[in-house]
Amino acid sequence: MRAIVRTAAWLYAIAIYGFIFLPVIVLVLFSLQATSFPIPPFTGPSLRWYQAVLSDTRLTSALVNSLLVAILSSAASVTLGFLSAWGFARFTLPGSALLRGLITLPLTVSYLIIGMGLLVLFNWAGVPKSLLAAGIGHVVINLPLCFAVIYSQMGDHQINIERAARDLGAPEWKLLLLITVPVMAPAIFAGFFLSMTFSWDEFVISFLLTRFDTTLPVEIWNLLRSGLNPKTNAVGSLVFAVSIVLVVFFELTLLRRKPA
Amino acid sequence: MSASLVDIRNVSHRFGQQAVLKNVSLTIEPGSYTILLGPSGSGKTTLLSILGGFVTPSEGKVFIRGEDCTSVPPAKRPTTTVFQDYALFPHMSVGSNVGFGLRMQGVDGATRTAKAREALALVGLAAAFDKKPHQLSGGQRQRVALARALVIEPAVLLLDEPLGALDLKLRRQMQDELKAIQKRVGTAFVHVTHDQEEAMALAGHCVVMNDGRIEDEGAPELVYARPATRFSATFMGESTILSGTVTEAKDGSVTIATPAGAISLPGSAAAGAKVALAVRPEHLVLGEAEGHVSLGAAKVSDVVFQGSFKRVLATSAFDPALQFIAKAPASATVRPGDTVAVSCKAADIILLAN
Repeated sequence: MRAIVRTAAWLYAIAIYGFIFLPVIVLVLFSLQATSFPIPPFTGPSLRWYQAVLSDTRLTSALVNSLLVAILSSAASVTLGFLSAWGFARFTLPGSALLRGLITLPLTVSYLIIGMGLLVLFNWAGVPKSLLAAGIGHVVINLPLCFAVIYSQMGDHQINIERAARDLGAPEWKLLLLITVPVMAPAIFAGFFLSMTFSWDEFVISFLLTRFDTTLPVEIWNLLRSGLNPKTNAVGSLVFAVSIVLVVFFELTLLRRKPA
Repeated sequence: MSASLVDIRNVSHRFGQQAVLKNVSLTIEPGSYTILLGPSGSGKTTLLSILGGFVTPSEGKVFIRGEDCTSVPPAKRPTTTVFQDYALFPHMSVGSNVGFGLRMQGVDGATRTAKAREALALVGLAAAFDKKPHQLSGGQRQRVALARALVIEPAVLLLDEPLGALDLKLRRQMQDELKAIQKRVGTAFVHVTHDQEEAMALAGHCVVMNDGRIEDEGAPELVYARPATRFSATFMGESTILSGTVTEAKDGSVTIATPAGAISLPGSAAAGAKVALAVRPEHLVLGEAEGHVSLGAAKVSDVVFQGSFKRVLATSAFDPALQFIAKAPASATVRPGDTVAVSCKAADIILLAN
């Protein structure tokens, strides 16, 4: 009886993890296909499709674009998110709770709505579709996230540390740069890597707001329109690998918090 | 105007509707060790925050070295604060922590290091220069905080319950060190505490606060021997308190009707005024004594052996509300349930305005 329960539990676990990871495993496996179709039987392993990806200038430039947008938009998100978290945590503002709610609200709005809204707004304001526009879109979705992560880590025990720094003669900008940012570094890095992950994978907003130069997910979409091909598997695997690296960085920075 | 280092004039402060300081005036002399003593909610910490510049008072002025500092921010006034939780910068080494104030003043690296080492040596932590704050014990962090505040040579050093987080033994030890360090550097220290033993041990000038007011101030010996108010008679050490009414006042002598009988003593008060009399435990004598003022008989309710003496609590036979607190020799044979006569010298009775 007990053996049956144990077996059932194992089967259940395998089913769950299989359900989650099988698509990824299939994707990665067939990216190593030697022949022209990503369907069984497996004919690899071969790196020819990775070679094809890296020699396709449209894909490589999209990859560089994606990285650029991810890094710059995340840097902007984390900076703005940090400053607003600090402001809310350290100063009494009128309607503080309401404003805090408003700043995190975009988290609950779908990317499609945000993308369409920005498209209409940029159209009206005369901002052309571009990587910059997509980057701004990514700041809109990631700023609330950075704010929430950093604000949650901004405790009262840091107030006296900041007071001490002011007391010893630090002007506000030095206080932020030399004391608050280093003390909050784990949360700031966590916010940064989380933003990178989301920006890197983001499709809808980039699709709506870019035209000629575009990001990797949009380029992959273009590729998929001409049918399945191990090349799409290879580029998908690359995207996945970068995401994994970012998530690992996020976990490391958030979990490796020093004891006070 | 005067040579006082700090001059607090008629300071009042409110948090919302609540008045936490009510017209407080205080002067602090150069090189002095001032203790602000009071229970929680007495306004002592608010007064320290006003001195440090973290709080701007609702009314009144603060002069430091003759300059009006009332609304000068902490960074720009010649005070530094040692916080109760030490507030060390966790990401910096001990040396960088101590050197931070000098760095903000634009002092070059070499001088900074030399001065930080000197300050750490002063507090007995020369070896900790390269350590991180989390590698130190509570007492050591306390010293780093002290060194960090002292290295920029403030006119006044403010200490907010600096020994509050330490255990008793360490507290007594740090107490002695604080006093020694203060003597060595000669900076004026203002130290907030609710521990009256700490106050008596450290203070050059003791300020007793209650309910937003200064109840009493002076040398601790003086505050102890001649408390100005009923509050300071019971907060700074213990006292037996007799409430009474002045029945006769003439020629520098008053007679007061108390639950323990009429008592005459030197002093002045208006006839008919409600007053309180305080007697320190060590001045109460159990048993009759020649030339003493009798305070009537009392039933001993508790005897607590405290090593060098016995602390005796007794209830007056005249008035159960009157509790005597006496200090009897360790060899005294008094037991709970005994009835004893209580007396004291007229000169040891302290007349308090009620």
